[in-house]
Amino acid sequence: METPKADELVIRPRRGFEPLNVAELWGFREVFFFLTWRDLKVRYKQTLLGIAWAALQPIIMVLIFSFVFSRIGMKSEHMPYPVFLLLGLIPWNYFASVLGQSTVSLVAGSGLITKIYFPRMLLPLSLSLSALIDLVIAFAVLVVLILWYQLPIGPGILLVPFLILLTVMNAAGFGLWFSALNARFRDIQYAVHFVILIWMFASPIFYSASMIGGSFRWLLVLNPMAGVIEAFRPAVIGHAPIPWPELGISATMGVIVLVTGLYYFRRVERFLADII
Amino acid sequence: MSIVSVKGLSKRYQIGEHAGYGSLRDEIVNAVTSPFRWFRQGENSRATSTCLWALDDVSFDVREGEVLGIIGGNGAGKSTLLKILSRITEPTRGEVRIRGRVASLLEVGTGFHPELTGRENVFLNGSLLGMRATEIRDRFDEIVSFSEIEEFIDTPVKRYSSGMYVRLAFAVAAHLEPEILIVDEVLAVGDVAFQKKCLGKMSDIACGGRTVLFVSHNMAAVRKLCSRGILLEGGKLTYNGPADTAVESYLDEGEFGEGNGPVHIRKDLSAAHQAGFAIESIALLSKNGEVPRDLKTGDSILLRIQYVAERRFMGAEFIVSCKSEWGEEIFRTTTSYGTGDSLDQVEGPGTLELEVNDLPLLGGNYYLDLALAREGISYHFVLERAIHLEFTPTDVYGSGQAESSRNGFLAVSHAWRHQR
Repeated sequence: METPKADELVIRPRRGFEPLNVAELWGFREVFFFLTWRDLKVRYKQTLLGIAWAALQPIIMVLIFSFVFSRIGMKSEHMPYPVFLLLGLIPWNYFASVLGQSTVSLVAGSGLITKIYFPRMLLPLSLSLSALIDLVIAFAVLVVLILWYQLPIGPGILLVPFLILLTVMNAAGFGLWFSALNARFRDIQYAVHFVILIWMFASPIFYSASMIGGSFRWLLVLNPMAGVIEAFRPAVIGHAPIPWPELGISATMGVIVLVTGLYYFRRVERFLADII
Repeated sequence: MSIVSVKGLSKRYQIGEHAGYGSLRDEIVNAVTSPFRWFRQGENSRATSTCLWALDDVSFDVREGEVLGIIGGNGAGKSTLLKILSRITEPTRGEVRIRGRVASLLEVGTGFHPELTGRENVFLNGSLLGMRATEIRDRFDEIVSFSEIEEFIDTPVKRYSSGMYVRLAFAVAAHLEPEILIVDEVLAVGDVAFQKKCLGKMSDIACGGRTVLFVSHNMAAVRKLCSRGILLEGGKLTYNGPADTAVESYLDEGEFGEGNGPVHIRKDLSAAHQAGFAIESIALLSKNGEVPRDLKTGDSILLRIQYVAERRFMGAEFIVSCKSEWGEEIFRTTTSYGTGDSLDQVEGPGTLELEVNDLPLLGGNYYLDLALAREGISYHFVLERAIHLEFTPTDVYGSGQAESSRNGFLAVSHAWRHQR
């Protein structure tokens, strides 16, 4: 076989492991931007409250959960329970929303996939970007809450962008896995609701990791969102040291999930248009 | 120097209920027992007994500036070929080399989002079709004026009529400037006037030295626009040469039964059977109920179809459409115009008869398409070219010259007057 010349496109069956085509992704950066922009534009279309929902959702969740959990005697140290909750919900809600939307992104985008070429991973990946708008707005709610309770803010706040990056990485990685799996087995789009629900309770959102006893401890170690959430609170409020080991595990898990997710996605991408 | 070169291209599809899905349990078992092999193997390498070669060892070249027509019947592999050339799906074997910037139009309005405005959709769609944001900005006014919907450009497209939607979508596509353009049957959209405009734009592109790969059922368009044609039959390339000859060999394709008479009925009616509407027999008779030995302009015909409906077809209508040799529709009629006793909710055997009096068709070849439609929205099945009619040229105007479809399709009663 001849080697392709410059600006020559060769279409042939791909074999084996296919590395990520970074140059191609860069060439499609504008498509990525437009897909993200489309998600943002239609996110709260035809709603009365519009973008206010991005703020209302975490507020309502905090109200409901603090009512329920303070009734059963759940408490938090160093900060009021609503602040504790919101600090857990900010990374979690972003993660859950990206995961839920990514799962159906390929099936929902089948009209595009069967009619035009672009790197298919842009569909789930653009969701990890557009969902950040909700995270930013929820963060604004947090700032209001912190001012209200007159809580101190520590230097750890500088770590927040890194923690958000870690959350994005995990969300994108799991999003790639789930979207590709769902393209093959539509069971995933039904199962994902329960996965998210169980995962939420398995993450230290309503409680702190220190409250979890020995035999369940391993669950938190395996859960990459646990480390992020556990680090998010001391980073913002500065009441305790950052749990570096847990954060390290989260970061490692995040990288592993993202890399394997990219590979699995590329594998499914090859016959995606035939099965979607 | 060829700008597109296709070598030994083949594509296998798996057919059957679980085609392409596999079972989740098998997948998990395979992944656990031999993870490395599982990861390496794509869908393509899985051996299955039920497979279909949609494309089988197809090779051809396209030179720069050439307009290539790709023709063939239903299921001949045209759309599979386009999908591979557009990189939507991967070939099973073979390779394609393309030298230049490609735009492929398998439909108009890909990626249009109903909630977004016309303006926003132009940007989104343009970007998906391969235009840079700056190019879209530069050509935006041109696109909008081509679409003729200036006043509604800031309205969400969900409020558009289907005509407006198609106009805007085609306008974006028409302003692409690729070196190689791959087009599917996208011209079959919109009203007649707009179709004309699209065809005009297509021939501008074709004349502008751009390379075009064009798939169509409209043989007249293929003859008009294309310099060369390839014919696909059952996934194989059976002809590659001048467009006129390709069209002729497509029209001569042996899909009709034997017989010397002027009426040929297609043998393969399986599409109707598959839809649950088994056509037992088709007969096309002359007025006196006999098999015609000859068809002439002004003859009356009786079409009789015996069927067995295996289920109820709610709101169904049966359509007969008469087309010219080149695929232009000459007339169409449906049971919903007719007796009032439509096909709605029938089940079991029945006979449909259509009587057409004094057919004014000039000598030449005509085809009847038969279809069962669902309330005029979609089709249960379409039998393209189910019946082939050969009209003998006759001297209808008493001019001493036998008139054929070279000079139009219809014989009209007329008179000239000249004053001086």
